[in-house]
Amino acid sequence: MLAVTADARVAVRTRALTKVFRGFRAVDAVDLEVREGSVHALVGPNGAGKTTLFNLLTGFLTPTSGTILVFDEDVTGQPPERVARRGVARSFQITSLFETLTSREHVELALQGLTSQGFRFWRSEKLLGRDRARVEDLLEQVGLLRLADKPVGLLAYGQKRALELSLVLALEPRLMLLDEPTAGMGIEDVDRTIELIRRIAAGRTVVLVDHNMRVVGSLADRVTVLQQGRILAEGPYDEVRNDERVITAYLGEADHA
Amino acid sequence: MTQSAVTEAPVTGVDPPAVGRDLRRRWILLAVGLTAALVLPWFIYPPVAMDIVAMALFAIALDILLGYTGLLSFGHAAFWGSSAYVTGLIATHYGVPFPVAVIGGAVFAMILAVPLGYLSVRRSGIYFAMVTLAFAQMVYFIGYQWSDLTGGENGLQGVPRSFFGIDLVETDSFYFYYAALPILLLGMWAAWRIVHSPFGRVLMSIRDNTPRARALGYEVEKYKLIAFVLSAGLTGLAGGVFAINHGFVALTELHWSTSGEVVLMAVLGGIGTLWGGVLGAFLAVMLADYLASSGFHGIDLVTGTVFILVVLLFRRGLWGTVRHRWLVRQQRRTAAAGPAER
Ligand SMILES: Nc1ncnc2c1ncn2[C@@H]1O[C@H](COP(=O)(O)OP(=O)(O)O)[C@@H](O)[C@H]1O
Ligand SMILES: [Mg+2]
Repeated sequence: MLAVTADARVAVRTRALTKVFRGFRAVDAVDLEVREGSVHALVGPNGAGKTTLFNLLTGFLTPTSGTILVFDEDVTGQPPERVARRGVARSFQITSLFETLTSREHVELALQGLTSQGFRFWRSEKLLGRDRARVEDLLEQVGLLRLADKPVGLLAYGQKRALELSLVLALEPRLMLLDEPTAGMGIEDVDRTIELIRRIAAGRTVVLVDHNMRVVGSLADRVTVLQQGRILAEGPYDEVRNDERVITAYLGEADHA
Repeated sequence: MTQSAVTEAPVTGVDPPAVGRDLRRRWILLAVGLTAALVLPWFIYPPVAMDIVAMALFAIALDILLGYTGLLSFGHAAFWGSSAYVTGLIATHYGVPFPVAVIGGAVFAMILAVPLGYLSVRRSGIYFAMVTLAFAQMVYFIGYQWSDLTGGENGLQGVPRSFFGIDLVETDSFYFYYAALPILLLGMWAAWRIVHSPFGRVLMSIRDNTPRARALGYEVEKYKLIAFVLSAGLTGLAGGVFAINHGFVALTELHWSTSGEVVLMAVLGGIGTLWGGVLGAFLAVMLADYLASSGFHGIDLVTGTVFILVVLLFRRGLWGTVRHRWLVRQQRRTAAAGPAER
């Protein structure tokens, strides 16, 4: 299924993608192109439509109009689990975990998600723990190994964010959509997360939303600036950072930058 | 200072399964439960004892959906009742040993659950409850109208109790209890297996956070449908044994009040615990039996009041509350034993 074209291959391509909430255009005719293998940052003031765009790309919302191509296949209107099964994994802006399970159980669930093992109602749940080494490796990568058997209800906020990342990683995705992975993290955790994302980005495509410009600056190959649902500017980080329109758009948001 | 997952986490009213997996305690509970099941007809009129165990399996089967998947079915009478009828009809017309008839009834319930489940699992919350109720009412209506087959309002009378020509079982309800008990215990074991399988883990994740489960690639509707069909099958086993036990199937078995009763038992005992269903069924059947034998007529009023009181006083149900207290205490002890990692 390799549709090789003359230009660099494209991981995500949207055409005139639009989402209207009761008359409000949260995402407005967006033509986004994410090159395969790149780290592509999506920035913009609060309410610009970044999370909504993620929800559209991952099937959690159905677009009002427009199309979405992921690795050259039309996924417009497909449910989240179908999109996930195409190798697209996302993290959630608002930490979204299974409150009653431990970190280990989370990773076990994530590893099982793309297999059909989950349908085995006649087997013991011990089956889930079979790939212990892999589970522990994933937890180690995000620094959660020693907390593996704590229910996530007991984890600190930053630790929950880290667990989010390990779940995304467990899916071995071709395309990762990370919604504010460093929000609410302390400075050391931010540095560690930057390193982690850099490491896992190798050989994958990453779309990243983050308000922290250090994160964006040190990771992103390209940056798209959204404002009021529309693309305001796009290009390499240094170019976009000095774009006057972008500076104006961000003035009111200086505290985030 | 550490917070407690046990006191903080349960948005669902269900405790974390990960805390306090105490194997020894589990085995003791199992031994106590099995012993109780074995001696029950020595202390309680055997047909009532049989009702308790059948209802317990019914409540457990419902709990697979209610407590473990987060789906409130308000139409489980459809599976309980239709299996009771099919079991009764098979036993009446083919004279097969009763376990065969019961399995026939359970299979029928599962087949019925496929289209009903397919159409229901796309809804959630109160809408799921409404859709299941609506379908169950349709099944009730069919049972009522098709009186050639079901006996309509008179019920299906004279259901025989064949058991390989073993006279004691066929005529004495004390021995019948022991012949039928393995079927129900097997059903309970199956429920335990289901909720403690990789599949069960997925169900719990769907209950806790459906969008997250989808983002991990889980085909949520498929999982819910399979859970629905399995729950209907176990409900069918219970309904079939119930029919044979009484030698009679009343239209009530299909009535919405039966669906309500089993929800009541499950909630009374505590959802998401399995044992809660057993306790809830025991209390509900005993209370109803006691009130009936004392010539009291407002049974529903009393059970309804007890239900409301329990729900108000013990949010997690009776068993759920006991389990919760135990978990909190255990967690405190662990916290005291070593400094908590943060
Ligand atoms: N489900 C929804 N219903 C109605 N409005 C929504 C919904 N989701 C987002 N919005 C609105 O769309 C706009 C964009 O939101 P969002 O995509 O979350 O922005 P961002 O992630 O860029 O901060 C906001 O004004 C928000 O209020
Ligand atoms: Mg957002």
